[in-house]
Amino acid sequence: MRKGNGEKRKDGLWTDAAKRFRKNKLAMAGLVMLAILILCALFANYIAPFHYDEQNLPAAFESPSLRHLMGTDNLGRDIFSRIIYGTRTSLSIALVAVLVATLAGGLMGAVAAFYGGVLDNVIMRFLDVFLAIPSTLLAIAIAAVLGPGVTNTVLAITIGQLPGLARIVRATVLSIKGEEYIRAARSIGAGNMRIIGLHILPNAMAPIIVQATLYVASAILSISSLSFIGLGIQPPTPEWGSMLSAGRAYIRDYWFIVAFPGLAIMATIFAFNLIGDGLRDALDPRLKN
Amino acid sequence: MHRYILKRLLMLIPVLLGVSLTVFALLYFSPGDVVDSIVAQGGVYSEEDAAQLREEFGLNKPFFIQYLSYIKGIVLHFDFGTSYLTKRSVTAEILDRFPTTVLLAVLGIGIAFAIGVPAGILSATRQYSMFDNIVTPISLLGVSMPGFWFGLMLIILFSVKLEWLPASGFYGPKYWILPALTIGFSAAAFIMRMTRSSMLEVIRQDYIRTARAKGQSERIIITKHALKNALIPIITSTGLQFGFMLGGSILAESVFAISGLGKLILDGIKARNYPVVQGGILFIAFVFSFVNLLVDVIYAYADPQIKSQYVRKRRRDK
Repeated sequence: MRKGNGEKRKDGLWTDAAKRFRKNKLAMAGLVMLAILILCALFANYIAPFHYDEQNLPAAFESPSLRHLMGTDNLGRDIFSRIIYGTRTSLSIALVAVLVATLAGGLMGAVAAFYGGVLDNVIMRFLDVFLAIPSTLLAIAIAAVLGPGVTNTVLAITIGQLPGLARIVRATVLSIKGEEYIRAARSIGAGNMRIIGLHILPNAMAPIIVQATLYVASAILSISSLSFIGLGIQPPTPEWGSMLSAGRAYIRDYWFIVAFPGLAIMATIFAFNLIGDGLRDALDPRLKN
Repeated sequence: MHRYILKRLLMLIPVLLGVSLTVFALLYFSPGDVVDSIVAQGGVYSEEDAAQLREEFGLNKPFFIQYLSYIKGIVLHFDFGTSYLTKRSVTAEILDRFPTTVLLAVLGIGIAFAIGVPAGILSATRQYSMFDNIVTPISLLGVSMPGFWFGLMLIILFSVKLEWLPASGFYGPKYWILPALTIGFSAAAFIMRMTRSSMLEVIRQDYIRTARAKGQSERIIITKHALKNALIPIITSTGLQFGFMLGGSILAESVFAISGLGKLILDGIKARNYPVVQGGILFIAFVFSFVNLLVDVIYAYADPQIKSQYVRKRRRDK
């Protein structure tokens, strides 16, 4: 606590957190990595030296060189360019899926926690059913039913992640609901809408943002897993997991076909994990000494 | 305690019923059925044959009739239906494959626990040391790495380049090493991170300072005082990872061509062999929930505070 006489206003949670985040080298490294990935996704057609579907059969299986930084695949396509275009696929699907899952799951969790009672029971028992299936398997089952394709993959990932997010939001709202300032707000006659919008939502935001960031990392993994087993994104759309699955057949002789797409997946997940961890430390100062 | 376990077991029933209904509905309303894929493979030619096959499999009955007879079979005869393709009972198919999956999961969790817990303790007790500074980023990389890709990399190194270990199958200890490492490594990273943060939190507690003040040896402080109190998150993460391995090693099984439960389900999905898929998912949901229940029970033994909530308030003197 600053001793000042009220002249110097204490920084708010977000300014404070931003300061702490900026001091965290690992988190900043994650942010830089993410910025690069987003640039790759936005400007893939300018950055990539070749089009993702440009085949050149005589130049198939070329080892990494200056012309083809990561070599070429079985159809002579430039792996580096395909990986650059692949950021579009993975980032957009993961972000949309987690956004929808957070909104829908968040709504379910928040309603369950805030109103409690029968509604809470109904929602949570319904979600228990989905939580009883490991989320990868759930996404696989749903993708299998819906069939491959971008929209269906988004849907499968969303449904796979929704129950977990709902449970997190429920726990967060539940803990806030018990705080004294909520009781104080109620005692001065604030209505439900005012309490939710003005008191619960802003306070629940921080933990939810942290979790959502970490869920993006796991969404990226799910997308590539689905594509790897042939249920997610279909060729010729460049997607890292399906590049791995197509390259598997040539693993004996051409390591670079499978090595680089996997590195791309790992780097992306790593970036989101770094940012998520950094956000958690920045938003919850109690965790850091 | 027994009452609590019994209650939890009973609570599994509605959840599993829900899982069965959900999976059944999902597969029922999905486009295409097994007859379509048999037709596509050239197994049946005429429309009449296809219709007859549907009749035989009971595919043209209404949804609820199909579902109820499915549940009836499970409850009365522990019969999960018959595989369309092999004509064997799904129960037998699952039980055939399950030991492989269990063995793989046990090996994987063994590796994960053996690496994760000591590494976590070491890096927590030597926070910001060289060891910590090397191992902690590696563990973050470990949780970021797609397991199936790690498996492929292991194959390139140990099977293709060095020719030390086989790249596929699951016939003996030599075959177990790479798949177990594949699923064990990221789990080890996860457990290590949990152990580290949990230990760090405990080490700052007053009772650790008290133990140090009374001159207790550091070894005993770490093993007896700190580790015992840091155990709950470690158990949770280990249990969680074990549950995932039992139900979710689909990708590792596919990379190493292991005929486990995951591959059974995946093959079933591809062939639209739905009884196998339904039975498999239901079985995994049961195992997964059961492992979670087991973890909760172990909690009680690890933490007397939690146990006292379940052992009815006969003696609650601390």
